[in-house]
Amino acid sequence: MTAITLNGTPHAVPEDTTIVDLVAEAISRPLGPDGRPLDGGRLGMAVAVDAIVLPRSRWYRTPVVEGQSIEIITAVQGG
Amino acid sequence: MTTPHPDPLLLDGAEFSSRLIMGTGGLSSLHTLEQALLASGTELTTVALRRYSPGQGDTLFSLLERNGIRILPNTAGCYTARDALLTAELGREALETDWVKLEVIADEDTLLPDVVELLDATEQLVARGFKVFAYTSDDPAVAHRLEDLGAAAVMPLGAPIGTGLGILNPHNIELITSRADVPVVLDAGIGTASEAALAMELGCDAVLLASAVTRAQDPVAMATAMRHAVAAGRLAAGAGRIPARRHAVASSPMTGLVDTDDPEDVPRGDWAPVREGR
Repeated sequence: MTAITLNGTPHAVPEDTTIVDLVAEAISRPLGPDGRPLDGGRLGMAVAVDAIVLPRSRWYRTPVVEGQSIEIITAVQGG
Repeated sequence: MTTPHPDPLLLDGAEFSSRLIMGTGGLSSLHTLEQALLASGTELTTVALRRYSPGQGDTLFSLLERNGIRILPNTAGCYTARDALLTAELGREALETDWVKLEVIADEDTLLPDVVELLDATEQLVARGFKVFAYTSDDPAVAHRLEDLGAAAVMPLGAPIGTGLGILNPHNIELITSRADVPVVLDAGIGTASEAALAMELGCDAVLLASAVTRAQDPVAMATAMRHAVAAGRLAAGAGRIPARRHAVASSPMTGLVDTDDPEDVPRGDWAPVREGR
């Protein structure tokens, strides 16, 4: 297992997990290699790895690395 | 085929027929939020960016998508230019827009803009290709600086966020609108419809509000009121109001009156102390 921090809390994922796997599992929605939902529509989410935004086009080939702090961000109500 | 709106709001080349921009915060029921947004007639709403938590999250996004309401991500909660840059990048990635409502606040008690960080963040975001909608103080000099730095719109506050105090310095807002070459959006402080109308009468191109509607006892009714107020204020601003005067001007004819016994009986108003009109 690979230990990371996901949205501020400790989290473990299997070896060889990629960012796209991590996001798909978190939101319970299958994603394509382009980081877009397979069921159509837009995702409305972003990922930051160690405080740097990772474009969705790179989620598929980016492995989750031990010790990383990963944030999955979405739109919420706000002024 | 819809006919073009005669007086569209232009933001970064995009046209909107509504001049009311709505925030989405302050309501616990997404259903009521949706009803209020629809009643307001808004075509552009702000959202915040926060950590995804399972079972929540993309509902607001899909609500806005479903209703064809454009999304303006904000940087609420950021205290430094550095934080604002990361949040703006997350918003661009998540929502696929290079528009950002830039908020850099000084402290959580006042939520007032930290204009030093704001100017820094504006410069950096413009350099990264963002279209910056800068939430700022009602200081005309700062508004001018933001415009010089390439802000797509300047958004001075009427009063601190969520206070509902209205427009505390209408003179400054009018100075800002009279000198700006980019759209001016009155953002924050509005409490009720007359204040939204006043913002438009002072020359603002649009009004952005959230709490006034979402925390009203009847959000849908207040949203409807705001829709009309913004439209009314816009019309009034362009209609050429009468000058305020010291003395009354009759709107009924003063000739052809029935006879009085003595014309000298007509009372004169020059004994009354009269306040200078604006």
